Amino acid sequence: MDNVIQLQKKLVDYKTSLFNEGILDDQFTQLQQLQDESNPDFVVEVVSLFFKDSERLFDELTKTLDQQNIDFNRLDAHVHQLKGSSSSIGAQRVQRVCILFRNYCEGRNIEECLKCLQQLKREYYFVKNKLETLFKLEKQIMEAGGTIPVQ
Amino acid sequence: MTSNGVASWRRISDRIDGFDLSPSDSEEVHVLAVDDSFVDRKVIERLLTSLQLIVDGELFQFLGLDEEKNANSFDGLKVDLIITDYCMPGMTGYELLKKIKESSTFREIPVVIMSSENILARIDRCLEEGAEDFIVKPVKLSDVRRIKDYMTKDVKLGNEGSGGNKRKIRETSDLSSSPPSTLSSLPSSLPSSPPSSPLQSMSPSPSQSIFSSSAPCSPSSTFDSPTRRLKMTLFD
Repeated sequence: MDNVIQLQKKLVDYKTSLFNEGILDDQFTQLQQLQDESNPDFVVEVVSLFFKDSERLFDELTKTLDQQNIDFNRLDAHVHQLKGSSSSIGAQRVQRVCILFRNYCEGRNIEECLKCLQQLKREYYFVKNKLETLFKLEKQIMEAGGTIPVQ
Repeated sequence: MTSNGVASWRRISDRIDGFDLSPSDSEEVHVLAVDDSFVDRKVIERLLTSLQLIVDGELFQFLGLDEEKNANSFDGLKVDLIITDYCMPGMTGYELLKKIKESSTFREIPVVIMSSENILARIDRCLEEGAEDFIVKPVKLSDVRRIKDYMTKDVKLGNEGSGGNKRKIRETSDLSSSPPSTLSSLPSSLPSSPPSSPLQSMSPSPSQSIFSSSAPCSPSSTFDSPTRRLKMTLFD
């Protein structure tokens, strides 16, 4: 059982750091609160949808920015979608880059839009990595017979 | 959940905290959620079902251009609330709201609009058009609880025999086609009639979404106001 306690502490510390560093915000907590015995995988499910959706949108964004004549409205619409879904799961830093990106779309600034896309991808893979680590930790605790500590 | 977002659960009335819906346990509360984002649909659905409300899929299949044709497929389908996103490809939530309010079949159903953008003019316009409430995304449990509150009031009034629940589709005076039955057992999945609406799909598949040159959801100045909603219409 020592192992479980250690793992639980590791999880709590890890989660706390994610919130402290602004990687995740309160909306993520909301999602966790919606998880229960009847919906034990809710958070993983929503986050998985987010991953799938985001990667699709990155493909679209890349394609759109690759055109001779960039359709900024189309670009903006995609970023808007990504902004929405990142906000819905509490991926704060991704959401913030989206806001910046939309401003550059409005300004029709190709240079900055390209930079934003790169930044967006960085932030996305960063939070993806963090969340996957988080889920792994939770799984380890469950497998060791423990329960996920509620913050 | 099916691929087009249809989901329904039977509600257990005695598990609802704080309110007593009706003496009849078969009374179920159905919410139609419309949103082009898979992520948001899943979150809304869970928020609503956590409050014991049943969530059904996409309205667009049923709110086609040919209302008469579609009205028949609604027999037995009871909708107590429609909650819709504002920014969607092809049709905004405002446009959907208008269609609903123009429809003799649907106009009595309360509509709630959600949007990631806290724009006063947008909120006002929706409330003026008859939306019950406006939620700024991301949607939280407190938002959904608030909606549940005014839905409860409405059902209670209906059950006190004050002229019937205005939200039920079975109000025959409002219908031009065959009277549907609503208190009978509800279908566990929505009828699979093919969508007649030009808005075929509400999934965010790019090939089917429509980007207009003057997108209604194009960037506009947003207010910094922290208030999540500005007005709420009250039931009289």
